[in-house]
Amino acid sequence: MERARSVKIVGGVLLALLAVCWMLAPAAVAAETYKIGGLFSVTGPASFLGDPEKKSMEMFAEMVNAAGGINGKQLEVVIYDTEADPTKAVSFANKLIHSDKVLAIIGPSTTPATMAVIPEVEKANIPFISCAAGNKITLPVKPYVFKTAQSDIQAVATIYAYMKTQGIKKVGLLCVDDGFGQSGKEQLLEQAAAYGITVVAEESYGKTDPDMTAQLTKMRLAKPDAIVCWGTNPGPAIVARNAQQLQLNIPLYMSHGVASPKFIQLAGDACEGIMLPSGKIAVAGLLPDGQHQKPVLMDYIDRFNAKYGSGVSGFGGYAWDGMNIITQALCGTNGDKAVLRDRIENMKGLVGVSGTFNFSAVEHNGLGSDSFVMIKIQNGTWALVD
Amino acid sequence: MRVLANVIGYLLVGSAILAVGLWVDNYYYFQLLTFIGINTLLAVGLNMLMGYAGQISLGHAAFYGLGAYTTGILGVHLGWPPLVTLPCALLVSGLVAWLVGRPTLKLHGYYLGMGTLGVGMIVHVLFREWSSLTGGPSGLPGIPTLSLGPLEIPGGRPYMFVVWGVVLVSFAMCQRLVHSRVGRALRAIHFSEQAAAAVGVDTARAKLQVFVFAGVLAGLAGFLYAHMVTFVSPSSFGFLVSVRIVAMVVIGGMASIWGSLFGASLLTMLPEWLHVFSEYEVLVYGLILVVVMIFFPQGLTRGMLDLYERARRGKTGSGS
Repeated sequence: MERARSVKIVGGVLLALLAVCWMLAPAAVAAETYKIGGLFSVTGPASFLGDPEKKSMEMFAEMVNAAGGINGKQLEVVIYDTEADPTKAVSFANKLIHSDKVLAIIGPSTTPATMAVIPEVEKANIPFISCAAGNKITLPVKPYVFKTAQSDIQAVATIYAYMKTQGIKKVGLLCVDDGFGQSGKEQLLEQAAAYGITVVAEESYGKTDPDMTAQLTKMRLAKPDAIVCWGTNPGPAIVARNAQQLQLNIPLYMSHGVASPKFIQLAGDACEGIMLPSGKIAVAGLLPDGQHQKPVLMDYIDRFNAKYGSGVSGFGGYAWDGMNIITQALCGTNGDKAVLRDRIENMKGLVGVSGTFNFSAVEHNGLGSDSFVMIKIQNGTWALVD
Repeated sequence: MRVLANVIGYLLVGSAILAVGLWVDNYYYFQLLTFIGINTLLAVGLNMLMGYAGQISLGHAAFYGLGAYTTGILGVHLGWPPLVTLPCALLVSGLVAWLVGRPTLKLHGYYLGMGTLGVGMIVHVLFREWSSLTGGPSGLPGIPTLSLGPLEIPGGRPYMFVVWGVVLVSFAMCQRLVHSRVGRALRAIHFSEQAAAAVGVDTARAKLQVFVFAGVLAGLAGFLYAHMVTFVSPSSFGFLVSVRIVAMVVIGGMASIWGSLFGASLLTMLPEWLHVFSEYEVLVYGLILVVVMIFFPQGLTRGMLDLYERARRGKTGSGS
């Protein structure tokens, strides 16, 4: 009897939940809106990417709608959480395309999820702007696929160009064994010769390894002029600490993967003097006043902080730029996807958070190496290197 | 009675799929049903192992991934057609299951769980690190779509029919197996391995057989997944995927073939339904799983049947 009663209670609770579902479900929406889809890893291992991206996309839509929308039509964003799972990303991409009937899609946040979605958007001819970094996304160029995140190509070019001015000839590479490290290593090896640099040592470490002393000791024997470490937190912070403990006295370079205050926090005084390429957002306040990207950056940072308090990063900027590109291209297209695509492809000189976008038929990322600046950690904060 | 109930089950599922195929025209629903079918294959295979033979496996995603990567690698690097890569995919996942099963099935309880967990991790690391073959962490794109000779089967409606055809055939196979001598032996092992051995069941052999069978079914699911999505990456075959398959079996109901269908459908569709809760989605998802486990510890299928039985008994009781 006791049991039957509890079953009834549970049934009641489930029914109530269902009722809440119905109420929360968006009421029939007027067709007089432009629908844009978003696929971000809001939860899960890549939530540090997806969460600011989702917030930035919503913020941009609110801003456009408050200003009267596009050609009198309001923007409507439909965002799904991929949890960085390619299977979920594919499923939700098709939901966006076939059920929600969106005009364009922004995201996913990670390279594998993006690669999984690409065949679907290509089949459906939906303009698609990825927020992931992998070079494979836009190489080779696919008609409907664009991306706003900087590539490792530009990050590596920025580091090597700076090294050349410092007379560095031999480097050792220490890369994490995930997609980010893999893609970085490929670029570091490929571009070295063009800058007169030879790679004398190549080591890797696991994403969650607690100590990299062995790799650094081995690397010291190869006598490189500098060490480049390619990874995201927390690995590079451990590398910095280990290098300090070993008193390596070899200049240490990092990737843009650690261009966040978290890295300085983790590495403490061991990160003093470390150099890395970074999107301009980390050093926006330090840019000279006449710099053309500064107003865009300051505007984005102010808006984000005003609405969400903190947590502004370059990652949210990928989605912000994506929305910016789509809405600019959308004006006067009447929602024709093929025209929208052509307009994105022909867009030139659009100043965004990540850099200046110049798209063309052979370039669907559109960023140049000026999307990065070299920065140095000095007295526990970022400083521009010139 | 049992046969009749099963025939009704097949007819119901078959006609439901047919109805969706004929009356719905939305690629998204076809794809959702395809994913449910693939997950059902995974769950029913693991259910044979866990529900009937009582052997836990926390590394089932490894065989799923082996099937997907085998057909993907052969298709992308060597250009072999799916008709040729299908037996290869089944062979590789079956062979690995056999190699792994021989030593690990000697373990019991937690140790078997740990052993299979380790296998899952090793295979996952292989997918990630063997970049020249698997494309590394960022995945392997460009897998051809399914074709049987000159007959192309693109994603969407046709693919859904193929996957569900396979699911129903595998259901029939599992049912034959459960009610055969091997099936009885497996249930005996579940109850007591010593007792089973004492009455002459070759327990090691029976366990290995069902482990390989589950591995091959998972390989088949992997094959279907790879040609549906045309892209594979290691994150689709990690530890959490193994856990999700176990959850499908447990939620649906152990030792119940139709339970696997329920479990797989529920766990595949829940995230889609719960989307309206946005930030609280994960919370509600967890809540539902907890409620199901507390009130239906033997899974949904058994729980529903119990409720039905009780309701009927209550009615006749008050009538007399």
